[in-house]
Amino acid sequence: MRLREREITDANRRLTRRALMLGAAQLALVGGLGLRMRWMQVEQGEQFRLLAEENRINIRLLPPARGLIFDRNGVPVAANEPSYRITLVREQAGDTDLVLRRLAALLPLSDSDLARIRKELAERRGDTPVTVADRVSWDDLSRVAVNAPALPGVTPEVGLSRSYPLGPGFAHIAGYVGPVSDYDLSKIEDPDQLLRLPRFQMGKVGLESKLEDQLRGKAGTQHVEVSASGRVMRELSRVEGQPGVDVQLTIDAMLQTYCEARLSGESAAAVVIDCDSGDLLAVASAPSFDPNMFVRGISVADYKALTDNPYRPLAAKAIQGNYPPGSTFKMVTAMAALEDGIIGPEETVYCPGHLEVSNRKFHCWKRAGHGHVNLETSLRESCDVYYYELALKVGIEKLAAMAERLGVGERFNLPLSGMAGGRAPTKEWKKATFDKEWVIGDTVNASIGQGLVLASPLQLAVMTARLATGRNVMPRLVRAIDGVDQPTGRGDPMGMNENNLRMIRRAMFAVTNHQRGTAYGSRIADDTLRMAGKTGTSQVRNITEDERRRGVIRNEDLPWNRRDHALFVNFAPFDAPRVAVAVVVEHGGGGSAVAAPVARDITLQALFGGDPPLEAYPSAQRDRIRDQQDRLRDVLPRTGPSERGRA
Amino acid sequence: MSYLEYSVKYTPTGLRKVLYLNWALVILLTAVASVGFLMLYSVAGGRFDPWAAAQMKRFGLSLSVMFVVAMVPIWFWRNLSALAYGVGVTLLVIVDLFGAVRMGAQRWIDLGFINLQPSELMKIALVMFLAAYYDWLPARKTSQPLWVAIPAVVILTPAALVMGQPDLGTAILVATAGGAMMFVAGVHWAYFAAVLTGGVALVSAVFRSRDTDWQLIEDYQFRRIDTFLNPESDPLGAGYHITQGKIAMGSGGWTGKGFMQGTQSRLNFLPEKHTDFIFNTLAEEFGFIGAFSLLTLYALIIVFCIVAAIQMKDRFSQLLTIGVAMNFFLFFSVNMAMVMGLAPVVGVPLPLVSYGGSAMLILMIGFGMVQSANIHRPR
Repeated sequence: MRLREREITDANRRLTRRALMLGAAQLALVGGLGLRMRWMQVEQGEQFRLLAEENRINIRLLPPARGLIFDRNGVPVAANEPSYRITLVREQAGDTDLVLRRLAALLPLSDSDLARIRKELAERRGDTPVTVADRVSWDDLSRVAVNAPALPGVTPEVGLSRSYPLGPGFAHIAGYVGPVSDYDLSKIEDPDQLLRLPRFQMGKVGLESKLEDQLRGKAGTQHVEVSASGRVMRELSRVEGQPGVDVQLTIDAMLQTYCEARLSGESAAAVVIDCDSGDLLAVASAPSFDPNMFVRGISVADYKALTDNPYRPLAAKAIQGNYPPGSTFKMVTAMAALEDGIIGPEETVYCPGHLEVSNRKFHCWKRAGHGHVNLETSLRESCDVYYYELALKVGIEKLAAMAERLGVGERFNLPLSGMAGGRAPTKEWKKATFDKEWVIGDTVNASIGQGLVLASPLQLAVMTARLATGRNVMPRLVRAIDGVDQPTGRGDPMGMNENNLRMIRRAMFAVTNHQRGTAYGSRIADDTLRMAGKTGTSQVRNITEDERRRGVIRNEDLPWNRRDHALFVNFAPFDAPRVAVAVVVEHGGGGSAVAAPVARDITLQALFGGDPPLEAYPSAQRDRIRDQQDRLRDVLPRTGPSERGRA
Repeated sequence: MSYLEYSVKYTPTGLRKVLYLNWALVILLTAVASVGFLMLYSVAGGRFDPWAAAQMKRFGLSLSVMFVVAMVPIWFWRNLSALAYGVGVTLLVIVDLFGAVRMGAQRWIDLGFINLQPSELMKIALVMFLAAYYDWLPARKTSQPLWVAIPAVVILTPAALVMGQPDLGTAILVATAGGAMMFVAGVHWAYFAAVLTGGVALVSAVFRSRDTDWQLIEDYQFRRIDTFLNPESDPLGAGYHITQGKIAMGSGGWTGKGFMQGTQSRLNFLPEKHTDFIFNTLAEEFGFIGAFSLLTLYALIIVFCIVAAIQMKDRFSQLLTIGVAMNFFLFFSVNMAMVMGLAPVVGVPLPLVSYGGSAMLILMIGFGMVQSANIHRPR
């Protein structure tokens, strides 16, 4: 029994000893854990804190609102409109097929859309939002929002996207924006981080492109806390960016859309310039296109339709087109001769219907000839021989110099893409470009705006404005940037003899107001608003001697693209010129028959700021004009100054 | 023949038992569990749902169970040991054969109202059985080879079954707890030295076996070890847990980011934030002071248990108390070592704090027996 007692006591003692040893070991380990904690949290705390911050904070760029573009009266030309899109997060959706089926019942989703969405959902991480539908209408968005409880994982989102409320009317001026391409980035040195944002759009063409830096604005930054799955939890701080500045144009939206509508059906261009300030009131090219298509992302078929159209809707013909100015150039020839003093306004030239120069016959458009013509009658009836003679006497150098003084061949500094330079050809230029000697025939051709002479409709309008005012009128397209008025293009006097200018203007007056004038049919009947102009019909082909003998083929019998260009330039009112207009109708036929009526309608529209009274037209034409006005009114969009406008 | 039987008349009876409860232990356990409620409330973003409220209910239930177990005389539990061990082993066999597969492992039996994890039950059953064994075994035979071989088999049988689930972490914990009890029971040093040597040899053999035909452990277990050894090697994959856990913990600093201000857990960078990695949230929000305080609470529980064990008079009570304490210690120290990047991620929850019912219930039953031993000890 005692042995047993001792055994028990020994065992107990050993157990106590061992229990204490175990406890000590446990406490030692606990101490080790405590030291590790201290090391991590105190010694290395700062480092881990940084890692935690890095984890949670994301810096995001806030795209600024793009600057708006207005017409001269505050009508929005390029605006930002909320664009709605609907996204789907797979993880939150649960049964994605069910959700998609429900969405398809609410939204116009095609099978190919659904296939794309399914593919994206399968490829992306489960927590990445996939765009189900972009640019959905407010109605569709509301339908989805109302049904939100049945659509887990579906989120309607709002962003800003560019829109061109006037559609085709301003496509060639405002241009359009589009997604930033790698090519765009490669052209820019040190590109703005904004451009790398997905879905960010930049100006591609026209003003949008040329004024990109002003319109874009400055990005803001936002520090956001993100969760492990990338979801934004809250905003920590925000530095607002600077919205792009607003741009006001000199263009009158109403006139612009009128021009566009009046030219529709033709491949044509029209430019209206304010004689006083050089403000471009309308710069229209037809046919046009809807720039909104490009913002949305144009389909291949639509794009092909635009590029395949022989009327070239994508071309801004009013500023990009180089046309032989034809007889509208005759004022340049006449002015060069008058200023040179080689001929007086009353001095006559005999026109037998042609002029023979170094064994080559240069024909007048009138085979029978005009007989004796002076400056006024020659311009009025557009006699060619008179100008051949003038040009031979004054020489190409002075002719080209005068053309440039009047704006032909001058590349104006306007924020537009692909501005045409026109051409006032000289001997050196021909030598340098074609490595060919100048021949006298070149001078003869140039005298009537054929051959090597080229001008854009814009240049022709400027030329007319300069002739009308005697000042060096410069075209201006941007009236104000960010509310700051830009310098006007009023210009200083060109230093030409006022008498000579007056003679030219009177001759131009006769073109539209003398019964024998080539554009008498397109006169303005209102005495206070009389216009002075000049027709032009420029050949795009050579008429051979053989053809001339058999009789020149009538324009109507030619294929469209070989017909003559129809041109007309004018200014009005004659006594105190307010606007100058240039119209070019590609392959339109005769300037007097095709271009002049268009120019007169546009001029009257500009002078009256809307539909002119019928009394402004000759009485015989009023019925036809009334029909035309009615027809165009239906086509014209309503573009009265809106409340949204900011001037 | 235990000393216990001779002393029955000195033990308290009836309601007097309540006075002999180890109230300090009850308060410590409740304090630790309260830390758990607080953290579960925090990781749910300041809501009682889905975790904190459920956890409080479970703790309330477990606490009641603990009291009931404590009221039952300790010799009743001793007499139940063999049965508990038998049931535990049987359930482990059943779960190996029919158990539901979850998270790549067969560990659960669905009893309808509760998902029973037999390996949890086994932890306490093994402690009971070993305590009873050494209570029964005359002390002088403790170190005789045969009498050492028997508990070794008793320990290794459930350990092997748990490993087969496969759950290497719990298997090692079960074996370690058993070994610790044998050590306290007085088994000779040499056996432990031999086992340790063998263990080292086994570990090296395991590593040698990799990518051979006789590979000893599963691929995913190898990968966990890899990740443990170099968490940065796969920061978004397997190492993500550890890396983010360490960031959470370290960024807490001295005083932490404040209650419910832990960015790592609130923004979901921290995985398993309500279960295995809940300690990181605590460390992030309350800093070193908070984390060390919890560690101190845990250590105090161990100290109280050992002190109580030494005061007890019979071997069963003593060994049971030390066994329960050892299990508890292994639980929290392995979890903490794991989330601090000192041990591989083996899926051991933080006792009483991590969200989870079955582990808490078993643990509280264990402490209930400790209390029972305390109450029914002869005075």
